[in-house]
Amino acid sequence: MLELQNLKKAFEDHVAVAGLSFTLQKGEVLGFLGQNGAGKSTTMRMIAGVLEPESGDALVNGHSITTARRAAQSQIGYLPEGAPLYRDMTPLTFLRFMADAHDLRRSERKNAVDRVIADARIGNVTGQPIATLSKGYRRRVGLAAALIHDPPVLLLDEPTDGLDPIQKRAVRALVARMAPEKAILISTHTLDEVPAMCSRVIVIDKGHIVADETPTALAESKPGGLEEAFIDLADSREAEPC
Amino acid sequence: MLGVDWHGLVTGIRAAWRREISAYFATPLAYVFVAIFLLVLGIFTWDLSRFFDTGAADLGPFFYWHPWLFLLFMPALAMRLWAEEASQGTSELLLSLPVSLSGLVIGKLLAAWTVAAIALVLTFPWWITVNILGPADNPAIALTYFVSLIMAGGYLAIGAAVSALTRSAVLAFVIGVLVAFILTAAGWPLVSGAIAEVLGPAAGDAVAQFSFVTHFETAQRGVLELRGLFFFFGFIALCVTLNTLFISQRRGST
Repeated sequence: MLELQNLKKAFEDHVAVAGLSFTLQKGEVLGFLGQNGAGKSTTMRMIAGVLEPESGDALVNGHSITTARRAAQSQIGYLPEGAPLYRDMTPLTFLRFMADAHDLRRSERKNAVDRVIADARIGNVTGQPIATLSKGYRRRVGLAAALIHDPPVLLLDEPTDGLDPIQKRAVRALVARMAPEKAILISTHTLDEVPAMCSRVIVIDKGHIVADETPTALAESKPGGLEEAFIDLADSREAEPC
Repeated sequence: MLGVDWHGLVTGIRAAWRREISAYFATPLAYVFVAIFLLVLGIFTWDLSRFFDTGAADLGPFFYWHPWLFLLFMPALAMRLWAEEASQGTSELLLSLPVSLSGLVIGKLLAAWTVAAIALVLTFPWWITVNILGPADNPAIALTYFVSLIMAGGYLAIGAAVSALTRSAVLAFVIGVLVAFILTAAGWPLVSGAIAEVLGPAAGDAVAQFSFVTHFETAQRGVLELRGLFFFFGFIALCVTLNTLFISQRRGST
């Protein structure tokens, strides 16, 4: 469903993503781990078509993000880091805008909006301006927007950041419910969530993959479990000049 | 045809237009803009142009101010179109949508243009007044309104394109006004005359041809010049192209 082929991005002074390649199949939930600046968000932005790769490609359901961007983007639900939203809109008008942008038919639109409102559990705030919502609710509105067109591939950048434990549990349950039908890539800092949500883990450091395992295998690789394994891997490479 | 993704273009225009119209009217922005525009245009026409003292059934004193007010008001209307997307991080959301970038650019411009059209429509009491004063040349007035609306699109296109260059709406406004001022003042006899004196009459004429005022004045005389329409639509197309280019560059550097 998702195939990264030597995806690379460099900024002025450093290599952010150094030729990543991996595939993600339907039914897989891939935890994308790494410390801040490791290249997680840059990778997700390239897959989502927000950033242009310097070289390489990402195929989403067979559609290239570099040569068939619109077709590829229509297969992706993307929750950007920080869940940026239009603060002057209400969740309802925002979700209608997203439905328009995904060219849902009028007859599909209402059902899609109702479905994601129920899935993200935001029914009690749909008429409230987004600016007045708590961070947790805003994150859930962003999640609802990512799901509006029922995409086969989901990219969730820190989906539980800012949520309280109950909300985190709800997001985990939602991911588990969707997992059999979708390929899901989740970037997270919260290691506790990885075994609960993910069937596979990739750790990146300075734009390189340094581990690609199941959460159990990664946790068992060190006596200190997942946290120790992550700390060992997350800063294991020398910085690479551009 | 010509490699244009029409479906993505139309989807982008529709989504961006609806979003921006909702943004203009969800806050007092559009209402305040229209109210202040009508008030200032009214004061200028009534007081500075001595509209009623002319004793003529002519909207010339009213249309005279349009370019000069547009150069301030249209960049104000357009300044947040793209700058705010950058400052609030929502451009990332927009760039991830399966729509054409040109569609988003055109949709946003059309939304601002719609607000400008509403402001122009609400000046209808002036048109009624001039008909009460005497027999007015209504086809010429309708033509001037039409060209004024097209000209407003030109000023908005400048504001939108400049807004794509910065994260600050205020900076976008200042630069937008500056560019708009140059394109307005170039047709002012004082400026084109000075250029003609220094560089020769051909240079003065050439500079004046790049001014909005020059082409608008032709319409004010009741003449619809295709050259004028080409100028305005060509200029808008150029700004839309630049705007799309500026936004697409965010894909390389976000």
